[in-house]
Amino acid sequence: MSSVSAYVNEHEHEHDHKPRGLARWLFTTNHKDIGILYMLFGVTFFLVGGLFAELIRAQLIHPANHVLTPELYNQAITLHGLVMVFAALMPVTAGFANYVIPLMIGAPDMALPRLNNWGFWLLPPAAVVLVFPGILQLFGVGNGPIDTGWTIYAPLSVRSGLGVDFAIFAIVLLGASSLMASINIIVTIFNMRAPGVTMMKLPLFAWSWLITAFLLIAVFPALIAGGLMLLTDRHFGTHFFSAAGGGDPVLWEHLFWFFGHPEVYILLLPTAGLLSHILSAFARKPIFGYRAQVYAYWTIGVLSVIVWAHHMFTSGMPIAGQLYFMYSTMAISIPVTVLFICWLGTIWRGALSFETPMLFALGYIGLFGIGGLTGLTLADAVADQQYHNSYYLVAHFHYTLFGGPIMGVMAAAYFYLPKITGHMYSERAGRWHFWLCIIGFNLTFIPQFLAGIAGAERRVVDYPIQFAGFHMASSIGAFILGAAQLLLVYNIVVAWRGRTEPASARVWEGAQGLEFTLPSPPPYHTFAERPAVV
Amino acid sequence: MNSETGTETCADRVERFGYLARRLVRPLHRSLLNRRRLTLGSAAAAAAAISLPTLAEARNPFEFPTPVTPVAHDTLYVHDLFLAVMAVVFGIGMCVLLYSVIQHRKSRGYSPAAFSGPKTLGQWMVVVVPVLALAFIDYVVMGIPSYYAVVAMANTREDAALVVKATASQWKWRYEYPDQEIAFTSSLSTPRAQIESGSPTDPHYLYEVDNPLVLPAGKKVRILLVSLDVIHSWWVPAFGVKQDAVPGFLRETWVKIEKPGIYRGQCGELCGTGHAFMPIVVVAKAEPAFERWVAQTQNGEKAVALAEEQPLSRNDLLARGKTAYETNCAPCHQITGLGLPGAIPPLAAGQAFTATPELTDKLAQLGTYRDGKIVLVPVDRQLGIVLHGISGTPMPAFGLQLGDADIAAIVTYVRNSFGNHTGDVVQPAAVKSARVQAN
Repeated sequence: MSSVSAYVNEHEHEHDHKPRGLARWLFTTNHKDIGILYMLFGVTFFLVGGLFAELIRAQLIHPANHVLTPELYNQAITLHGLVMVFAALMPVTAGFANYVIPLMIGAPDMALPRLNNWGFWLLPPAAVVLVFPGILQLFGVGNGPIDTGWTIYAPLSVRSGLGVDFAIFAIVLLGASSLMASINIIVTIFNMRAPGVTMMKLPLFAWSWLITAFLLIAVFPALIAGGLMLLTDRHFGTHFFSAAGGGDPVLWEHLFWFFGHPEVYILLLPTAGLLSHILSAFARKPIFGYRAQVYAYWTIGVLSVIVWAHHMFTSGMPIAGQLYFMYSTMAISIPVTVLFICWLGTIWRGALSFETPMLFALGYIGLFGIGGLTGLTLADAVADQQYHNSYYLVAHFHYTLFGGPIMGVMAAAYFYLPKITGHMYSERAGRWHFWLCIIGFNLTFIPQFLAGIAGAERRVVDYPIQFAGFHMASSIGAFILGAAQLLLVYNIVVAWRGRTEPASARVWEGAQGLEFTLPSPPPYHTFAERPAVV
Repeated sequence: MNSETGTETCADRVERFGYLARRLVRPLHRSLLNRRRLTLGSAAAAAAAISLPTLAEARNPFEFPTPVTPVAHDTLYVHDLFLAVMAVVFGIGMCVLLYSVIQHRKSRGYSPAAFSGPKTLGQWMVVVVPVLALAFIDYVVMGIPSYYAVVAMANTREDAALVVKATASQWKWRYEYPDQEIAFTSSLSTPRAQIESGSPTDPHYLYEVDNPLVLPAGKKVRILLVSLDVIHSWWVPAFGVKQDAVPGFLRETWVKIEKPGIYRGQCGELCGTGHAFMPIVVVAKAEPAFERWVAQTQNGEKAVALAEEQPLSRNDLLARGKTAYETNCAPCHQITGLGLPGAIPPLAAGQAFTATPELTDKLAQLGTYRDGKIVLVPVDRQLGIVLHGISGTPMPAFGLQLGDADIAAIVTYVRNSFGNHTGDVVQPAAVKSARVQAN
């Protein structure tokens, strides 16, 4: 492998004729540039989505509070959900895929570089379209951004204002972007692997993204189709979701959740793959159960598209439907358990060290563990009537989506930041970031579990005083959690400015994989000649 | 068998289920049945400490509300069982993790092993047994009680002693007892002053209604659910029941309340800006008291129906209209009558209003909108709008929800408030004939 990096170094200057300034970023077809764009976009909108969360928690800090009007509150909860899922997490994981997968598999670039550029540049207009009704409202047009909750349930969404139309357009743009990225990743992994990188030697991150990409292609069209049906219901007199014209509001729920449930795994799987690499690096030990993890990804992928209606147990479902969706949902816990065992097996009897990426990776196992186990209780169709739309549900999916994907993204961000920028971040700030995240997160969401069990309803702008203590604790936790994210921004800036210690090619003592044979930062063009992997 | 109610619980059914379930599940179930109230353990205690202010008034604010229906018993039982099992599973996983984190440190000079998968039979057991254990937990420990709970939950009709129809609309409930010919609307009764105060003192803040749903204790009640506008959900935590009301379809659920008392809940599905202000209050009365309530209400409704036909004075109409307006109309049109820009038109003649052409065209067709401004239509047309709503807009058909006197009072109030000075007095009789005309 060392001969590979020597070759790249020698020819670095010849290949490194990137354009300067804005043009470089607008017209780039380079996978590393596009990866960085995706990641910066994701981090930006992670902060925007977080701001919405802080607004929500500020409103809920005590009952009868008036920080937000009910209209603004409903817009804030909706935008928090849509932004975090579509504009923060999905772009960040796509960014890692773009930056890292070609390096991992020894490819010179993504297979379809121009498509890659287009895929990214659809995101900023989509984000603008999503929040644009808020600007229109300032000029007295319409009544603000979408306010239906991120689930956009009909007929509320049929009756709601023009924010819904803009949100549908944004989702179509985001969907197109995701489909392009997915096609690109599949083609790249199938065709661009260096000689010797057989499918069963593929790094787990590449495997997990491969399955994610198939999932996206399978399910995103359902949401786009549903969105367009909603649009025609709103403006062209169709009745897909209206019983008066022979339609059914529950049809929307089916279309939405046929997309929405696999979406959870679309967010989760890439970080599950990264987690194995990170645990293995800081345990200085090979990944445990490589094959088992690959098969678990496939099993999760297949199961994820056949369990969607467990989000709809209260919508009125025949016994057979309830039993089927209950038992099939329980089945998902089995491949997920396999992943947990493999993660524990990877660190077992390693030589562990606890740099920031490792801390976040261990935090992932703990928090996502709670998310997964509480998910099992929600699988019970009857008990779900109690949990559904209560704060228990809110806490559960934040343990899965923050505890899993966001913790995973943080781990990966610290893991690859020195590789991408060529300089170390501040380890001290990183540790502070981790511990504040853990404290803030648990303080936010443990009270929500308890409030939900006691009967607290979610998506309400005001609540009975019985829940005041829970909400107060939760809001304080959320402020800590929000403030902690500034440390991430600080660390990105520190590494980017490059005044800290330069990172070596391997960066971490135990790091494995082709990307760590390249210098940090890797040259603009890498693997112009294929490396041979044995 | 639950001796108080004679209802079979999940645990009883599991006892019946068979050898495997009895041998393996019963010990766990026993310990749970004895210690029903202890579930979340130390995490709960830690967080509850933070929530101390609420502890003072509720017995166990971090617990399920005390279950009072068979379904809620099942749910609590299953919840306790799950959480106990989950705590064990999570505890084992975390112990392995922590042991590794403490023992296998590089800083302790621990040198890493090189294995990448199970090799010996023992190692395979360590890996496979947890997976099998989880499958067992899924499909036996949880799967069997869940099966019976689902089947029991779906059985809404057998032995139902009473049928109640709940009609949801933004943002109130209307309850009808078809066999008893009783019907009334139930909406939030927390005063607006409390909501706007910033520091509510009412112990049942947002959990109180003008007319609660009254149900007999100890009898199975079948509840039919419909909605007039968007999806709502009927949820009372102490009953363990949450069922969506889907517009255009009939949904059903059931309750059998074991103890007389007052039970409170909220709408369980986001239904617009008033979602937080749509409580459900159920008063469960023992059998004789319930019968008395039925008789009284029936007589009262007759008296009300008679009174509805009596003409009212202008002042009475205005006072009644103000209250009814604030409950029924103000959530959208606002207390000020100014509506919401771009969505809900104001009610005062001459007010400017801009919205999508779709909405303004509809308003113009009805004659309430011309040249960018609101126009006050004649009484009969306005009655038509209030009674039948405006399809395709949030304006509901109040004829289905309110009596003649209330509608007459609201229309009188609107025509003499917010800068409208028509001087019109609309009597209940006019509403009654407007209803007939439309039919």
